[in-house]
Amino acid sequence: MKNTRFFADYGMIMVLLLLCIFFSIVTHGEQSPTGEAAARQVLASISGQGGASPRVLIAASDQPGDAEFASTLERTLTGAGARVVATVRGGPRDAREALVKASAGGEPLDAIACTQAAGAWLVFADLGRDFPTLGHPPVITPRSYRWPNFLKSENLLNIANQIAVIAIVAIGMTMVIISGGIDLSVGSLLALSAVLAARFIRDFAGGAEAGVLGLVVSCVAAILVCGVVGAFSGFMVTQFFIPPFIVTLAMMLVGSGLAYILAEGQSIYQIPDSFVWLGRGSDFMGLPNAVVLMIVLYVLAHVLMSRMKLGRYLYAVGGNGEAARLSGVPVKRVLMFAYVASALLAGLGGVVMASQLKSGSATYGNMYELYVIAAVVVGGASLSGGEGRMLGTLTGAFTIAVIQNGMNLTNVESYTQKVVLGLVILGAVMLDKIRHAR
Amino acid sequence: MSGPLLEMRGMVKSFPGVKALRGVDLTLRAGEVVALLGENGAGKSTLMKVLGGAQTADEGEMMIDGKRVCFRSPQEARAAGVAVIYQEFNLVPSLTAVENIFLGQEVTHGGWIARKQERVRAAALFQRLGADIDLDAPCRRLTTAQQQLVEIAKALAFDARLMVMDEPSAALTAHEVTRLFEIIRDLQSQGIGIIYISHRLDEVAVIADRVMVLRDGKNVGEKRMADMTRNEMIELMVGRQLKDEFPARTPNIGAPRLVVSHLARGKAVCDVSFTVGRGEILALTGLVGSGRTEVARLIFGADRGEGGEIQLDGRVLSIGSPREAIAAGIGFLTEDRKQQGLVLNHSVRENFGLPNLSWLSRHGFVNLARERDVLTRYVDQLRIKVPGQEERAGHLSGGNQQKVVLAKWLARDCTVLIFDEPTRGIDVGAKFEIYRLMNDLAAAGKAIVMISSELPEVLGMADRILVMHDGRITGEITDARTATQEHIMQLAHA
Repeated sequence: MKNTRFFADYGMIMVLLLLCIFFSIVTHGEQSPTGEAAARQVLASISGQGGASPRVLIAASDQPGDAEFASTLERTLTGAGARVVATVRGGPRDAREALVKASAGGEPLDAIACTQAAGAWLVFADLGRDFPTLGHPPVITPRSYRWPNFLKSENLLNIANQIAVIAIVAIGMTMVIISGGIDLSVGSLLALSAVLAARFIRDFAGGAEAGVLGLVVSCVAAILVCGVVGAFSGFMVTQFFIPPFIVTLAMMLVGSGLAYILAEGQSIYQIPDSFVWLGRGSDFMGLPNAVVLMIVLYVLAHVLMSRMKLGRYLYAVGGNGEAARLSGVPVKRVLMFAYVASALLAGLGGVVMASQLKSGSATYGNMYELYVIAAVVVGGASLSGGEGRMLGTLTGAFTIAVIQNGMNLTNVESYTQKVVLGLVILGAVMLDKIRHAR
Repeated sequence: MSGPLLEMRGMVKSFPGVKALRGVDLTLRAGEVVALLGENGAGKSTLMKVLGGAQTADEGEMMIDGKRVCFRSPQEARAAGVAVIYQEFNLVPSLTAVENIFLGQEVTHGGWIARKQERVRAAALFQRLGADIDLDAPCRRLTTAQQQLVEIAKALAFDARLMVMDEPSAALTAHEVTRLFEIIRDLQSQGIGIIYISHRLDEVAVIADRVMVLRDGKNVGEKRMADMTRNEMIELMVGRQLKDEFPARTPNIGAPRLVVSHLARGKAVCDVSFTVGRGEILALTGLVGSGRTEVARLIFGADRGEGGEIQLDGRVLSIGSPREAIAAGIGFLTEDRKQQGLVLNHSVRENFGLPNLSWLSRHGFVNLARERDVLTRYVDQLRIKVPGQEERAGHLSGGNQQKVVLAKWLARDCTVLIFDEPTRGIDVGAKFEIYRLMNDLAAAGKAIVMISSELPEVLGMADRILVMHDGRITGEITDARTATQEHIMQLAHA
């Protein structure tokens, strides 16, 4: 009994895991280590050659991971008593220059340490003939290994980062859908919020020179404006009994129109560099800040929905509004909360996106309402209300992200991706129905 | 004499955790009315769903006119001439009577619906039933009795030879029930076999030729109606001897707690005033649609009234919503459990918590452990049969659903409780327990208003009776012990 319930609630997690396994197998391939790990490996093999103070030349490209490799290796080799003759950060031409210089000194090299890519440079191919004075130094590269591209930590973080905005907006959508409604305005509000935040920063907080306080106030103000729009939707739904679909459809148009008007048809990019902290920084255990924010919000939302009175009321209103009202549930206030929360979270999503892209534009969030609804529905919520889970929505958002990412990695072109994504969403919900129909 | 119209033999049907049917037999001859009795959960509904093609049996065989049949869908059952009229009708509220009658069996000419022909046939059917029904009105505007006639007409439209009527009289007035019986007699004389399911034994005694009782998914007795007594029926259903239908009680009525004066709302409620004392059970009766429920909804703040005053323990209340009414100490157990009383796809615990979260939570957080403890107490006290607190309310039988509704209001500790048709669709055993609980509540000093159409219940339970007609109180019987059903009916038709 308990087990079947678990699978009914979290069966989507199984689907997500299966997808991950599938993409792991498909993207399995040759990997060359970079950065610190590679440096440690090369250091170990140089020390393994013996010799009191080997003379080493380091070669790597100037890409971030390679540069890290080079500097770490230089530091640790020197620390271990080796002499680093030169550290090349660039291309084969730089390497040749360094070799010419080293051979001019007349002393032989004991090793050339380089990244895998650099090891294949032609300049190192026939050292004995080209630079006889260097004395046939071995070219030492980190060993390659096999590992799925999909499961590389950068890729996994990338998935989380890509979906963070949609997942954050989906929290509010889950509440609205559980309450028996729908919110089509979130994509537009996201754009409105991004434009507003960017404009506030540009016009009032000092543009590219804006301080932290100015940034925070601008963002909060933009989010609050979205909240007001949400309150308006909620008011229309609760006071005039207009179906949420219609109200939020109207607000979708209004929000998008306002965003274009306020942006005056352009991207707003007069924003300080510090603004990207939220969208691109990663300060906590290597996790992107946007992902940390997303996790925190999900934990809070989960507690709200499962432990708090308000959460219980949201479920009750969606499950049977009249029974809820006759049981003393403040139905209107509860619905109001759902729409305001959804709008605020859409606004927050807009700020995160503006931070990721370091600009504000009215084109952001186009069609996002559909992705967000898809995430919620794939996560097991019922569009007729009363059913759904926050963690289900998170699973749903990640399912969509993993499919998109996996198809990118396997070079499926974007039009085909849309087709596949559409079918997968349908399939996921169908599975859910079959499971519940048992 | 020819063979039976319907023969079911050894029907078995299991659901996860429950064996609903354990080898049930049933026979029905053409032109016969068989009453199918049993407590809730005895297997009546399941048996009828199997017959109607809504569910398929695990074992057993079913024969119509001696031919073996097995219905995999309601359409197949319908094609074989079986019509099941469920308690909650299967009508599309927005469609007219004609459209509903021919829904799924439209009369067509080359793909076009032959509206005229449908109208003529519908009119003929209603004439045959002696019914006066607006053919063009959407069904939601028809009365319950009229909707029932539409259902019957629908069955006749496809030449049904076997009709199942599930609690057909539950929402009808006494007069409408009489009319229904005339129609049943008429159908009977046309050779249609009828399975009549009801909890109202008085009606069964009038209409049925034969009685069949189910208990725990098995046949426990079958007799000609003429050979069966009322007590025998009850004992077979309950499986033990039942001394009284109503528990004994010594009323101890104190000062007025609830004082209602000059309530009004359009035509539904006109100048209604009454009081209910501490420890008193006041019955509010009358025909369906006489404004009883509307009065309750006004007191509870579920509808907006036009003037009037409500006092509770001497305090004048201003109630704008059910929430405020509950906060003031008023509880309302609605007549319609499924639509208004419970969130069916939520758990028993969540339903129970709904009106109680204000005291079961602190700083917005629900104290789940406390909620479970309190519910456990009520589950024991009310003897609610549930596999667990997380079971969906919709999976429970009617009686147990009603007990969950009761539990949630008992836990709220209201000073005034309004019960609207507290025992509708509930079996005899559970009824007795609910009556006992109402008595206990009265003994504890609560003021109780009981709205009921079942006159035996009104007479058996109430201390005082108010009768309503057309939104007005047309009579008060101060000593319920001296009242008779006839007297009440006279007042109700005033």
